[in-house]
This record gives sequence, structure tokens and C-alpha cells, in this order.
Amino acid sequence: MSAAPVLALRGVSKRFGAVQALTDVDLEIRAGEVVALVGDNGAGKSTLVKTVAGVHPIDDGTVEWKGRPVEINRPHDAQDLGIATVYQDLALCDNLDVVANLFLGRELRRGGVIDEVAMEKRAKELLDTLSIRIPSVRIPIASLSGGQRQVVAIARALIGEPEVVILDEPTAALGVEQTAQVLDLVERLRERGLGVILISHNMADVKAVADTVAVLRLGRNNGVFPVKETSHEEIIAAITGATDNAVTRRQQRTAEAAS
Amino acid sequence: MTDTVKKTDTPPALDDSAAPAPVTDPRLLVREQGFRGYVTEFKRKVRGGELGSIPVVLGLILIAVIFQSQDSSFLSPDNLSNIGIYIAGPGIMAVGVVFVLLLGEIDLSVGSVAGVGAAVWAVLSTVHGIDDGVAVLCAVAAGAAIGTVHGFFFAKVGVPAFVVTLAGFLGWSGLQIWLMGSEGTINTPRGSLVEQLTNFFFDDIAAAYGLALVAVLGYLASMLLDSRRRREASLPYRPLSEVALRTGLLALVAFTAAYQLNQARGLPLALVIFLAVLVIADFVSRRTSYGRQIFACGGSTEAARRAGINVERVRITVFMIAGTLAVVGGLFIASQSGGATKSLGAGNVLMNVIAAAVIGGTSLFGGRGKIWSALLGMLVIQSIMQGLNLLGMASEIQYMITGAVLLAAVVLDSVSRRTQKTAGRA
Ligand SMILES: Nc1ncnc2c1ncn2[C@@H]1O[C@H](COP(=O)(O)OP(=O)(O)OP(=O)(O)O)[C@@H](O)[C@H]1O
Ligand SMILES: [Mg+2]
Repeated sequence: MSAAPVLALRGVSKRFGAVQALTDVDLEIRAGEVVALVGDNGAGKSTLVKTVAGVHPIDDGTVEWKGRPVEINRPHDAQDLGIATVYQDLALCDNLDVVANLFLGRELRRGGVIDEVAMEKRAKELLDTLSIRIPSVRIPIASLSGGQRQVVAIARALIGEPEVVILDEPTAALGVEQTAQVLDLVERLRERGLGVILISHNMADVKAVADTVAVLRLGRNNGVFPVKETSHEEIIAAITGATDNAVTRRQQRTAEAAS
Repeated sequence: MTDTVKKTDTPPALDDSAAPAPVTDPRLLVREQGFRGYVTEFKRKVRGGELGSIPVVLGLILIAVIFQSQDSSFLSPDNLSNIGIYIAGPGIMAVGVVFVLLLGEIDLSVGSVAGVGAAVWAVLSTVHGIDDGVAVLCAVAAGAAIGTVHGFFFAKVGVPAFVVTLAGFLGWSGLQIWLMGSEGTINTPRGSLVEQLTNFFFDDIAAAYGLALVAVLGYLASMLLDSRRRREASLPYRPLSEVALRTGLLALVAFTAAYQLNQARGLPLALVIFLAVLVIADFVSRRTSYGRQIFACGGSTEAARRAGINVERVRITVFMIAGTLAVVGGLFIASQSGGATKSLGAGNVLMNVIAAAVIGGTSLFGGRGKIWSALLGMLVIQSIMQGLNLLGMASEIQYMITGAVLLAAVVLDSVSRRTQKTAGRA
């Protein structure tokens, strides 16, 4: 992986009132690479995602897109660059139907008028390949289950032809089959040459699809590891900040109890 | 959309051969084909709290029956024609209010903005002798400017809309009284544009029937075209029986109305303009990206923002629309009452306009509603007022009854929203 990164964060800081959510964070994503972003609850992962997506503009540091510094102040800016984001809190409009949500902000038009037929057709095709079971693409989001909403949110990110896709805990609400589908999808995105940032608390998922693991701890970088050469324990140690942590202690206890 | 470099706009997931064939969920409520399916679907919707226009239509029938039994002139062509003219002004204002309600906000200033608009027109055209048409344009522009001011304070400064427009309610009626100060009342000059608004009739009977025919054929054609496109794309489409039923109902209503209008003085210009405003506003709200953005902002502001929608722009323009339509409505009211006064748009105008939008089925909670609710709701309110007038009831009784009807509509809105929640549709 020597190619120049598509998206690079350099020394990014973000502050919410009294909380310094991010301090001097660096992150690089290359085309065709899956970067897993891991860290404990409140480590700042979602905040990092939102700064890149333009929801919260950064206070300090620079964001580079294909080697060129860019300003991302609004979600629109990120979308124009080619960054698609699936937020942890989904951000769908409950009152609109599935089709309207999928195409929100970039409706297909035909002579200036919204082309419902074309949108519905493409929505169906896309949802079918994600093998989602939704009663109908014409029912409001409000009537979908949490997992169904999650997949709609993921499908939404894929509609705008992105170059970098950010998935903030995409499998958190999904069943086994849908989780496997999403992981497959992540691999397909990589094969297509897209850059993917995957946030997950599930180490098995991370090890299965990611090329690189970037660890955040208390809003700071705490190491970037190539997945193949790094053990589970090393990652956990970086997340918790100690080799002696709750996870290793628990493992020891269960090992002792078993022997 | 800048997908020029990319060879295909197929989403990345599409080239997957490993994905299992789409499975239909056996729990799905599949709609039966044909007319039976239509009826079952309809029943299911009603039980789920999606009442749509049913309560209003039932209400209108009830109103007609009650007043007709008290006074047989209620359903006379003259009375119906008057209702058709009187709904135009407040109805156009209600269209603006529907836009604001869709956004999940409220505009309490439409009454005084209507008053200011009428005052601006009257002072410019009669006191300063400016050309009538130019004066009308100035008044409408003033409405747009006032709405933009409201929108600015709401969207950019972040003041709650009801406070901004409450301040506007007071402030603009002050301006109206100041503008009318030296005169008090300015009568509409004979033959002026504004006088024509509610006093011009297309008295050739072909006009009313022609309009009805155009409406029915246009509706039929658009539904058939839509059905054909959907069938070609192998998407579910409206069965022919449903298309026929809907067209039949519209034809019944349209031609009955045309007949009644022709029995009176012919097709009123006021009604034509009101219908045109409705059709255009309905088109904008349902068929354009801008309309979709309004619904999105009313449903979830944050989701709309993250979808790249310029929420501030949507908010400002919606208040601008409300201000503009308020002035247009105000000119109709001036035309109908014979001139601009210090109190035009005061009293129950504001309440009637908001009530009309809500009674017609637009939710106070944002993101749900239809432009046509302005027409249906205004019909309910105006029918009640006309009926009570015929029976010689004093205005205090009218206030109480209109208040009760508004309360009933809001209760219905809240209850149906709750039912929709438990039925998983809100
Ligand atoms: N909008 C906000 N306003 C104020 N503080 C915030 C806001 N968003 C996040 N924070 C703070 O920033 C810190 C990082 O939060 P963030 O949501 O990025 O964590 P996370 O790593 O995504 O955690 P999780 O794994 O639970 O999703 C937390 O301390 C949180 O309280
Ligand atoms: Mg998070």
C-alpha cells in the first residue's frame, strides 16, 4: 500500500464545549483499502466520522482529498467530494418512504420533475442485492425495524457513486445473515477500488474484512496496525491502553476456572 | 449530478452473483389485485390511523345535511357560488400555511400580512395614483419581503417561528393601521384589477363545464400515463378499476360544481385563481425536489441537513411563500369586502386559515399533509359560516363553533398520529 491516500486527516482536533473530543488525530485511507476504526465507547470515532462528513466542522488540522487540502463545512461538501457516510444514528426521515429516503437530496429527475418510477426501480434493484426484506419500498421509514432501517441507511450511502464510504457501526443492529451481507458488501466495495472506513466493536468482523486497524483512545491516535500481522490481544491492548486490562483479566479468570 | 466520468451508475452492490435471490417475507401483506384489493387496502389504512380526507368529506356531507334541513336555501346555486368565491382569499392564505405546517412550524402573522398587503396596494394605487397592476405587484413583493424577514429570524437567528410570527402579527398590523392612518378605509375603485378578483365571472356556461372537463381529463391522463410507466417498469400500478373509480368521483364533483355555478352567475374568476394556486402548489410540493426537501425538513431536520439539503434556504423560502400567498389572499379579501381597511385580516381570519389547513388533514406536527387540505378545510369553515349566517346566528356563535371544529380537527390529528404510531406508521 504505497499509493497516495484518497483521504487523509492531519492533526485534526475537535472540541465540544468542555469536551476535547479529538486531539491531533491522523488517519489515511487509500483506494481499495478497508480501514477499521476502533476504540472504546466515547473514544471519538463517531465524532471523527462526523467531521469528515461535514456534520461538525473541524477546529484544527487539515483534511486532504487526493493530496489537496479541502474545507468540509457542510454535509454537501463531503458528498460533492465523493464521501458517503452511514451514521450510527442513521439520520433517516421517518415520515418519508424508503425510496424518498434513499434518494433524498439527489432525486432522479425527468424534465425537472421527480421521476418516481425510475427511483423506485433502482431502489428495488439495490435492496434486492442487499437481500433486505422490506414489506414495500413505499412505506414510511417509521414502520421499519431497526435492522431494516440500518440496511436502508447503508443502501443510501451507495446510491451517490462515492469514492470513500464511511460505515459507523453498520452491523450493530443486524442479524447474522445481514451482517454477513454487509461484510460481503464491504469486500465488494474494496474490490471496486473504493476506500472504506469501518467502525465496529466486533473484533471478528474487523479481522475478517479490514486491511488496517486504526485505534482511537480518548480522542487521540493510539496506533495503526496492519491486520494480518497483529494479534487480537495487541489491538485490545491499544484500545484499552494497557496490556493488563479488563479483557485480559477476564480471559485469565476463565482460563483458570477451566483448568 | 456529475456522473460523467463514471461509466455506469449502477450501485456497487449490483454485480454480486453470490447474493441469494430476493426472498419475499411471508408476513408481508400483499395487496390483492383488482378492486377487492383496493377495498381491503383502504380498510387496513383506516384502521392504521391513515384517515386521509375521509373525516373532512364526511364532515362536509354532515354540514350540508344539517344546514339544508334548517334552511332550504343552503344548497341553492347562489349560496354555493358565494361559498366558492369566499373560500378563494382565505384558501390561498391557507395554502401558504400548509407549506409552513409541512415544515413543522406555524405562521401566526398571515392575517396581518394580508392586511398590510391590502393597505400597500390601496395606498399606492388610490392615494399615490400608481398604476393598478404595479401597485398589486408591489403589495405581493412586500408580502414576499415580510415572509423573508420572518424566515431570516427563524432560520438564521434561531428564534422559534411562533415567536417571530407572533411579533410579526402585532408589528405588521401596526404598520397596516399606520399606512391606512389618514384614510381609515380605502374603497376599491370600480373596474380596478382588485375589484375584478371576486366580481368577475366567466358567464358563458362553456367555461365552467370546460374547466371541469379539462380537470377530469387531465387527472385521468396523468393517472393512466403513470400506470403505464409503472407497468412497463414492472412495478405495482393502479388497477384500471381504481383509476375509473377515482376519475368517476372527480367527474361527479367537478360537473356538479360546474352545473351549480352556471345556475348562479357562472364560473367565478376567484375560484379559477384559487384552483390554479392549488394545482401549482400541489405540483411543487409533491413532484419537485424542493417539495421533497420541505417534507424532509418537517420530518427530521438533522437527517435533511445530513442529506446535503440547505435547511436554512428551505425554511426562509417557505416563509417567503407564506407571506406572498398571505398578501394575495388579502387582496381577494379586500376585493370581496369592497376595500382595504385598518382591520382587514384581523379578527378570525388567522384562526380560520390555520384551522382550514389542519381540518383539511395537514398535521401540526410537520412532515405530513397535502396542499389540497387548504381547499377541503376552507370549504368546511366557509360552509359553516355561510350556514350560520343564513340562520341569522351572531358572529360570537360562529366563533365558538369554528373554535370547536378546529379543536375537533386537532384532536383527530393527534389521535390519528397516535394510532399510526401503534400501527407502526409514524
Ligand atoms: N454533539 C456533541 N456535543 C457534545 N459532546 C459530544 C457530541 N458528540 C460527541 N460528544 C462527546 O465526544 C466524545 C466522543 O463521542 P463519540 O460519539 O465520537 O464516541 P464513539 O467513539 O463514537 O463512541 P461509541 O463507540 O459509543 O459510538 C464523547 O465524550 C461525547 O460525549
Ligand atoms: Mg459512535
